[in-house]
Amino acid sequence: MAEMEAAAGSGAGGSPEDGTGSTGSGWRRPHGPLQRYYGPSAAEAAPDPADINGPHFDPEVFLTKVRSECPLGQLLAREAALGREIRALDSDMQTLLYENYNKFISATDTIRKMKVDFRRMEAEMDDLAANMAAISTSSARVSAALQDRHRRGAQLAGTGGSWGGLGSLVEVPGRLRRWAAPGAEPARALRCHARARAVLRHYRHLPSFRAIEDESHAIMAELAQRLRARLRDETLDPKELTECVEMLLQLEEPPEELCEEFLSHAGARLEAELAALEAELPTADPSGAAATPPPASDILDFVDRGSSAFVGSLCLLAASYRSLFEGRPGAGDGRLEAFAATLTTRYFELLERRLALERGLGDTSLLVRALDRFHRRLRALLELLPAAGAEAGAALVARAARERVDRYLRALQTFFLGCLGDVRQALAAPRPPGKEGPGLPDLLATLASSILGQLKAVLAYVQLFTARDVAFASLPYFKGEFCVAAVREGLVVAFVRWLCRTARGFADGPAERGAPAAPPALLLLLARLCLDYEATTISYILTLTDEQFPPQDTGPAVTPGPALCAEARGAAQRLLDHYVQVQGAAVAQMLRKSVETRDWLGTVEPRNVRAVMKRVVEDITAIDVQVGQLFEEGVRRAQSSDSSRRAFSVYSSSRAPGRYAPSYTPSAPMDTHLLSNIQKLFSERIDIFSPVEFNKVSVLTGIIKISLKTLLECVRLRTLGRFGLQQVQVDGHYLQLYLWRFAADERVVQGLLDEVAASAAHRCLDPVPMEHSVVELICERG
Amino acid sequence: SDSKVMTCAAVWRMPKELESGSHESPDDSSSNTQTLELLCHLDNTAHGNMACVMWEPMGDGKKIVSLADNNILLWDLQESSAKAVLSSSAALEGKGQLKFTSGRWSPHHNCTQIATANDTTVRGWDTRSMRQIYCIENAHGQLVRDLDFNPNKQYYLASCGDDCKVKFWDTRNVTEPVKTLEEHSHWVWNVRYNHSHDQLILTGSSDSRVILSNMVSISSEPFGHMVDDDELSDQEDQHQEEK
Repeated sequence: MAEMEAAAGSGAGGSPEDGTGSTGSGWRRPHGPLQRYYGPSAAEAAPDPADINGPHFDPEVFLTKVRSECPLGQLLAREAALGREIRALDSDMQTLLYENYNKFISATDTIRKMKVDFRRMEAEMDDLAANMAAISTSSARVSAALQDRHRRGAQLAGTGGSWGGLGSLVEVPGRLRRWAAPGAEPARALRCHARARAVLRHYRHLPSFRAIEDESHAIMAELAQRLRARLRDETLDPKELTECVEMLLQLEEPPEELCEEFLSHAGARLEAELAALEAELPTADPSGAAATPPPASDILDFVDRGSSAFVGSLCLLAASYRSLFEGRPGAGDGRLEAFAATLTTRYFELLERRLALERGLGDTSLLVRALDRFHRRLRALLELLPAAGAEAGAALVARAARERVDRYLRALQTFFLGCLGDVRQALAAPRPPGKEGPGLPDLLATLASSILGQLKAVLAYVQLFTARDVAFASLPYFKGEFCVAAVREGLVVAFVRWLCRTARGFADGPAERGAPAAPPALLLLLARLCLDYEATTISYILTLTDEQFPPQDTGPAVTPGPALCAEARGAAQRLLDHYVQVQGAAVAQMLRKSVETRDWLGTVEPRNVRAVMKRVVEDITAIDVQVGQLFEEGVRRAQSSDSSRRAFSVYSSSRAPGRYAPSYTPSAPMDTHLLSNIQKLFSERIDIFSPVEFNKVSVLTGIIKISLKTLLECVRLRTLGRFGLQQVQVDGHYLQLYLWRFAADERVVQGLLDEVAASAAHRCLDPVPMEHSVVELICERG
Repeated sequence: SDSKVMTCAAVWRMPKELESGSHESPDDSSSNTQTLELLCHLDNTAHGNMACVMWEPMGDGKKIVSLADNNILLWDLQESSAKAVLSSSAALEGKGQLKFTSGRWSPHHNCTQIATANDTTVRGWDTRSMRQIYCIENAHGQLVRDLDFNPNKQYYLASCGDDCKVKFWDTRNVTEPVKTLEEHSHWVWNVRYNHSHDQLILTGSSDSRVILSNMVSISSEPFGHMVDDDELSDQEDQHQEEK
């Protein structure tokens, strides 16, 4: 048995010949008991063929070993022992065989017995199956029979419940009456009625239920009546109103009518709010709002109240309208939109009127905040009611902003005029002798800096409209058009243009129509101001504006800086020309009067230069100083070396050679005349009232030309005696002596004075000129 | 020589051979070959210097108006112009010393209107009543030098002055000039309409220029009925000898 087991064990290992490997412990374990059985040495030691109990027992080896090792005695003993052992084993084997046989027989018996039993059981199982089928059919039959009964039972139970409910229906009118009574809870009545209504309608063919239905209908009609009455009550607040309408809707009142009522009621409320706002505004006075008092509250307050009261209510109204009438027939079709549009239009009108009251400049930040709030609230409203005038609201804000910008422009203009007034006053102020008033450069600097400062301040104020935290600044209008059209063009460019126009106005207007003429110094000042604007200020202002209000690329075309500069330059030129004309006319007037009032025939021999000539020189010197304060020197034509000392008189035989005609005699007046005209053909033409350049010399030359030309024209209308001629000679020399230094080209002075002398000689009855040395002497004496 | 210069006026007869054209004022210079015949003096001893003398434009040569200082004097010539009788006169009163500088007798309205200039003002007078009928204050910025009536268009008056401008007025509305020309660069001394083609205006100035302007738009034929309009250049500058 032990060997069989061992063989089975090694067979189960699957690989009897290899004793090593990972599976070693797998097959080694079953061998454990055998090894223990055959002794530990057999497993460890090399197979010992001599071990009689070992598996590798080899009888030949054993015999050889025994025979070679053991003595005979021992061999005999071993033989006997082996003999015994063999017999014992035989008997054991026989016993075991016998036992096995017995057991086999008994097992066969048992199996035979089982066979018999099974056959009997099979029959019983068949019986059982038949029985089970019978049971299930009968059970199905029973349940089918019971189903009908059960349904009827359930029906009966339901009917019983309805009977109970119907019983409670009887109480409905009473309950309704109780809840629908004035001051009670109409909402509960409604709920109750809603529950009862369907049932009542179902059983209305039964007279008693019809009575109940009629009664409850009557009650509900009464309730509806009362609710409607309540609806007309003016004191209802919006929430109650909404509730009221909601209940009426549940009563299946016609929604169209309700909608009408709802809107009219809400409209009345909103109208009242608008009226409250309107009450703050002064009555629209067509005769002119000169005496209207300032509004009681500021604009922010007004807008605040307007938006919290009116816009808030309108939002609420719109929301409840939506929730009440949404999806009901006859309530849509834009009625709410139309209604809201009417009201918002009125609100806008009111706001506009209020904005119109903001006459002064006030606080722009306040206005901006007010408009901002208005805009935000309006946006909230627009989300509910997209048709409530989004454009109108935005346009209103834009208009208000535009209006404010216009007002700033006017304020700037007023400010400029004020500054000009100050300047005029400073110019006109009587100066204490010996003390100079503020110089023209100071006045100019003050004027320019205060205007620029004011402009910057205004830009800063206007910038509030485009600040980042202001909601409406994100409107496209404020991003594009406002920056360009309103601020750049409407404010900055318009102001510069207006400034140039105003300045020009001083040159163009007054002299014609007798208005008080501007003092010449003011003309000069403005000319310089315009010139400065052309040179630097305009580009500075425009750059500043473009920085603060970046123009859109696609925006409307802007006035380019050079165009403005050209305008400023035009104004400056016009002013300076006018200055020259005014100053020239003043000097000319003096000269004309002096020539016209004098009796040139009967005058005595000249002893002095006439006082008026000294006055002329003084005045021109003063003008020179005045112009010098504001304008650069300018260039002179190169002078001849003997300029101031040059003899003056067409009669002088000691004329510098190379000048016009070298010599001619005074005794031939016709020749003189002819000659002087021939000279003129070759000399440069002198334009008297020609435009001047922006420098002192040019201005002074212009004035001197005008003055001397007048002298010439006046002298040639007079008739002179000998001494008259000599006086002209003296005066001319004096002027020549002192005026050449002011003129760009002394030849101009010289030429004109020559003509004066020639004309005088031509008009003289007795043309005997004074000796040149005497003339010089008189002039030097003063 | 006299110690005082006095401007006078007199009526002369031109030699027969030259009497084809009509002169507007008696000339006080005599020609070498033909002599003028003195008919009479206009006695101005009481009125001051004569500034201007005008014949009645359409009359029979019996009426003369002269301006002396601040007086307007209307003369009747009698006894074949041998005697000038002062028929009526008017004096211009006002602040300061007013002096007429120039005047014109209008050919319209039956020759009952004259226009005068003093300082910067142009005035119109009615010769029947010798009253002022209109007044253009500050017609020019400076002295008004000369006036002329449009020969074909009543109410139209041209003026010129020291402000270098020539202005055209409608005497019915004198607040604004109808048109202003600023072509000259110095005082404009004279302005005259062409007698028949009233769009042509000649002006003389002490800038040594005479300018002929073609003012079709304010002429009596504003739409250009004349065939040779195009041949007339707008402005012709001619240099002329200074007086």
